[in-house]
Amino acid sequence: MSNVTITINGKTVEVPAGSTILEAASKLNINIPTLCYCANLGCGVSNKPASCRICVVEATGIRGPRRILVPACATPINSNGIEVFTNSQRAINARRTVLELLLSDHPQDCLVCPKNQDCELQKLAAEFGIREIEFKGASNKFEVDDSSEAILRDLSKCIMCRRCETVCNKVQTVGVLTGYGRGFGAKVGTAGMIPLADTSCTFCGQCVNVCPVGAITGISYVKKVWAALNDPTKTVIVQTAPAVRVAVGQEFGFEPGVPVTGKLVAGLRALGFDKVFDTNFSADLTIMEEGHELLERVKSGKDLPILTSCCPGWINFIEHNFPDLLHIPSSCKSPQQMFGAVAKSYYAEKIGVKPEDLIVVSIMPCQAKKYEAARPEFAPNGVRDVDYVVTTRELCKMFREAGVNLANMENEAYDSPLGESTGAADIFGVTGGVLEAALRTCASLLNGKDLEGDAINFRAVRGLDGIKEAKVELAPGVVINAAVCSGLGNARKVLEMVREDPNRFQAIEIMACPGGCINGGGQPYLHGHTDLLEKRMKGIYTEDESKTLRMSHNNPDIQKLYAEYFGEPGSEKAHHLLHTVYHQK
Amino acid sequence: MCCNKLSEGAKAKFAELDAFIAGLGIDAKDARRRGHLIQVLHRAQHIFGYLPREVQLHVAEKLFLTEADVSGVVSFYNYFTTEPKGKYVIDICLGTACYVKGSEKVLEELERVLGIKADTQPTADGLFSLSALRCVGACGLAPVMMVNGKVYGKVTPAKAVAIINEYKTMG
Repeated sequence: MSNVTITINGKTVEVPAGSTILEAASKLNINIPTLCYCANLGCGVSNKPASCRICVVEATGIRGPRRILVPACATPINSNGIEVFTNSQRAINARRTVLELLLSDHPQDCLVCPKNQDCELQKLAAEFGIREIEFKGASNKFEVDDSSEAILRDLSKCIMCRRCETVCNKVQTVGVLTGYGRGFGAKVGTAGMIPLADTSCTFCGQCVNVCPVGAITGISYVKKVWAALNDPTKTVIVQTAPAVRVAVGQEFGFEPGVPVTGKLVAGLRALGFDKVFDTNFSADLTIMEEGHELLERVKSGKDLPILTSCCPGWINFIEHNFPDLLHIPSSCKSPQQMFGAVAKSYYAEKIGVKPEDLIVVSIMPCQAKKYEAARPEFAPNGVRDVDYVVTTRELCKMFREAGVNLANMENEAYDSPLGESTGAADIFGVTGGVLEAALRTCASLLNGKDLEGDAINFRAVRGLDGIKEAKVELAPGVVINAAVCSGLGNARKVLEMVREDPNRFQAIEIMACPGGCINGGGQPYLHGHTDLLEKRMKGIYTEDESKTLRMSHNNPDIQKLYAEYFGEPGSEKAHHLLHTVYHQK
Repeated sequence: MCCNKLSEGAKAKFAELDAFIAGLGIDAKDARRRGHLIQVLHRAQHIFGYLPREVQLHVAEKLFLTEADVSGVVSFYNYFTTEPKGKYVIDICLGTACYVKGSEKVLEELERVLGIKADTQPTADGLFSLSALRCVGACGLAPVMMVNGKVYGKVTPAKAVAIINEYKTMG
């Protein structure tokens, strides 16, 4: 492609023909405000409907010599000699008008909004120095949709940027959201504006991650957690998901992606949890069960490929969209639910507390975990295995509310016995990790001795690519074709491959969010900085490498759990407590 | 779709729609399927009289689109309705020529006489529904109203009521 040369604010820049004004300006480090635009919503899909018009600039040479206002995000530069003025009086006035018009149909309840200080509209209003809104007119009032356990939609705050719609349809191919109606009353809604709980929403929460304002957030159980913590009749324990420790630090001034596990444990103890345990423990347990299942299925050649079942967003997706394949996901519960089941049986018995007086709180990078925890099959005798789910973001708020600053905490260790874990559990937090953890244990079991040295690192399944394929030799003569995918759009592609050729793969790992749990719907906002995912991924592998034990079957507390309670992987008791069945939706 | 629960009449309607869609020759990989959506909805509304959720779901399934895709388009165009219409659909043109010639007065009078608002539910007896539209291309006859597609030109509020009364006696 040929290059073109243009000037922006008098400075010359050369860019490939077809680049947008916004891209050219960023090359010169000239900032143009944006709102609806998002360069990468996930899997490289961008959002530029040019609907908000915040990025208008003046330019000549776009359509003839006249100096006109154009949206920088969506105006391609196709010829030499275009002159752009990003901060002329006319451009700034136009942007201000646009912003005031957006604000005139916005509730302006920033003080009590869940997105307070994390809102792109609020940030623009501050940057523009808006002091009053000239336009007094009608404003839309829509009912809040809190029909699901996971996602809260307050459409009165919607600015019609369409990011949620793009991520739902193009990235995740879930296809629940659409522009609904037209004109002033239009909003992004569901088909026929039915409640989210009645749709095929997977609750992956990617719409929550990309919403620039407070229109889509999570349903919060924080108040209930505070109440439990202050109830003397309850024993309150907490589990932390693998991906939380590499994301929570950025909110307290740590380098993004750096694991702050010890400080996270100290912080949770400071909040008043009786015991601080780790979902990593049950991730190791998952590998014992799932690895066993994988080896059985490979041996028998039945129900292949085996699909991982840790991710509740992905499980919702297959239940809604691929009912013909419901026999192939692993029957293992997710690590969150295995933890809950073990806590309310094995651990409750051990400490002599009734399951209903033991409150299990999960700290998760995820919105779908809230839905999963509320599934009726995970509440034996009406007592939920996991009582409340709190996202990483919500935990940060709890810390702040309680005056706990992770930057000032000394490292502390997890409690025993549900706190011990291996490096194999750490990598559950990133795409490829669950499969790698399973491969480590399966290869060791098949060979009758543990993998040594670099053989433990299955690098072919690592990395943030949406779909990865690898041929893996587990033992001499035992070769499996494995696939790893993240993002539900990629999951759809891989499942269609499975439908076409059931023998192509023997094992597939699937995570709903692009990149895995490090990019979960409950993680601290990226605000378009997708490079943070790379850092979180590195943090995960650093954590793995820092462990002496890096294979799940070597976890001494897991060995003890089997010796004392379950017998062996796949036993009747294990099946009863650690496995589940899936239903067509 | 639970087609076995449907009445014979509804079955015939779905069959008619399916025949139309089959004629388009669309498969799941056909990029044109989205382009055919409006045409299919237009036909569906012609067959069913309106576009309830089950019809939208059916169209979505046949065109390999999501329910949200279909619902978004239905909600965007004024022409599409998700509510049943009356036996006689009255359209009042509010295009420029008709408007200047007083069509709004005609609409107001019909709203008063029929006791319904334009573009909402039909009359309680299910006989009439009322909608406002923009220009039917008969500006020389302004103001214009239509009943089930039949055009009446140079109407006044009084004339309009007389026309309605004729349909009422026909039942």
